[in-house]
Amino acid sequence: MDKWTAQIETYVDGEISSAEMKEMDAHLRTCSACTADALRQVQFKRAVQSVGRRYTPSADFRQKVRQSIAARPRRPAVWFWLPATAMVLALFVAVALSVRDQRLALRNTYSELADLHVTALASPNPVDVISSDRHTVKPWFEGKIPFAFNLPELQNPEITLVGGRIAYLGQSPGAELLYLIRKHQVSVFIFQERAVGHLPKSDSTLQRQQETFNFRSWSQNGLHYFVIGGVAGDDLSKIADLFRNAG
Amino acid sequence: MEVQSGRVTAATFEELAMPLFDQLYNFACWLTQDRTEAEDLVQETYAKALRGFASFQAGTNFRAWIYRILRNTFLTSRTGLKATAMIPLDAEDADEISAGPETPESVLISHSEHKVVQDALETLPVHFREILLLCETEEMSYQEISETLSIPIGTVMSRLSRARKALRKILQQKLVRV
Repeated sequence: MDKWTAQIETYVDGEISSAEMKEMDAHLRTCSACTADALRQVQFKRAVQSVGRRYTPSADFRQKVRQSIAARPRRPAVWFWLPATAMVLALFVAVALSVRDQRLALRNTYSELADLHVTALASPNPVDVISSDRHTVKPWFEGKIPFAFNLPELQNPEITLVGGRIAYLGQSPGAELLYLIRKHQVSVFIFQERAVGHLPKSDSTLQRQQETFNFRSWSQNGLHYFVIGGVAGDDLSKIADLFRNAG
Repeated sequence: MEVQSGRVTAATFEELAMPLFDQLYNFACWLTQDRTEAEDLVQETYAKALRGFASFQAGTNFRAWIYRILRNTFLTSRTGLKATAMIPLDAEDADEISAGPETPESVLISHSEHKVVQDALETLPVHFREILLLCETEEMSYQEISETLSIPIGTVMSRLSRARKALRKILQQKLVRV
């Protein structure tokens, strides 16, 4: 067996170096016996390759094995996700309960303020300080409530300040201001934010229709404002905007 | 199929092993020559490989690793022990098998005797059959075969050469009868 014959098998298997490959290529161009031998070996490889790919597993068997190996690596994931899911669920429930509590608190607060507003409407003396001048009304509250607030200047002739009085929400004192807008009475209540801590503190306007009254509610600079009246929402918003701009 | 060191943790065993499922099943069928036994062998191989996956070293050849598990599992099975008991594993030290004056390859092509090659392959001793399948059907390099069979590359070359000659001899005998 010469050098070339011995190398043909590894040549056909592609297991010789590139330098040896070039050398063999050059030899095969000049040697018909080695070329024929290489060709036979290539054909032999192809025949075995073709025959060798014979058996195919069933889909059921593949699925069975896949399931058997898929179960174990995923087990730790289950242990991880179970408490994680429980935590998310608990958080969701807590948030949902918190939202529900806030809604209940709002409803109760609105009911209480609606009662105060109705009392003012029914009373022959709805306010303790009667004045359309904000510079009279605002000083009246000094020393009577534990906070100061700004009263807006009224430039809209449709809106008139009637006066004010002390109001209580729970145990906390606050200011109630009575306004007239096209002969409809509107109450504006101002309390310290901490006195209504259970209500949403966001600066956004809360809008709600409670029975026959419309409401606006928001927090601003540590104070919580409520506007309530039996007028259209737009009219209520005009008064609310005055306080927002003044606050 | 070399697994990069950073990939071992990220890649699941399933991602690496399932693409080799068809080939492993085919190889198992050729080794056991029985589909039921082959299924048991493949299932046991996957179970063992999964258990040992933590010890699989990154940067090494996953295909060679799982084929080695399958082969070792087969060799310790009843069928494997029986198959290897018939032929000494150090057969590469024995006398060369003569390929004879005829060349069966050309006859194979002209007759398209698929069944003849199949029968001849089945008749081969298991250590010849497996190395031929790994090289020709699985298209493994000598290095991969060396890792799979846990033998030196020199032994891979000599055993492969002897396997081919043995197959040619069987084919010759069969074709004479055809």
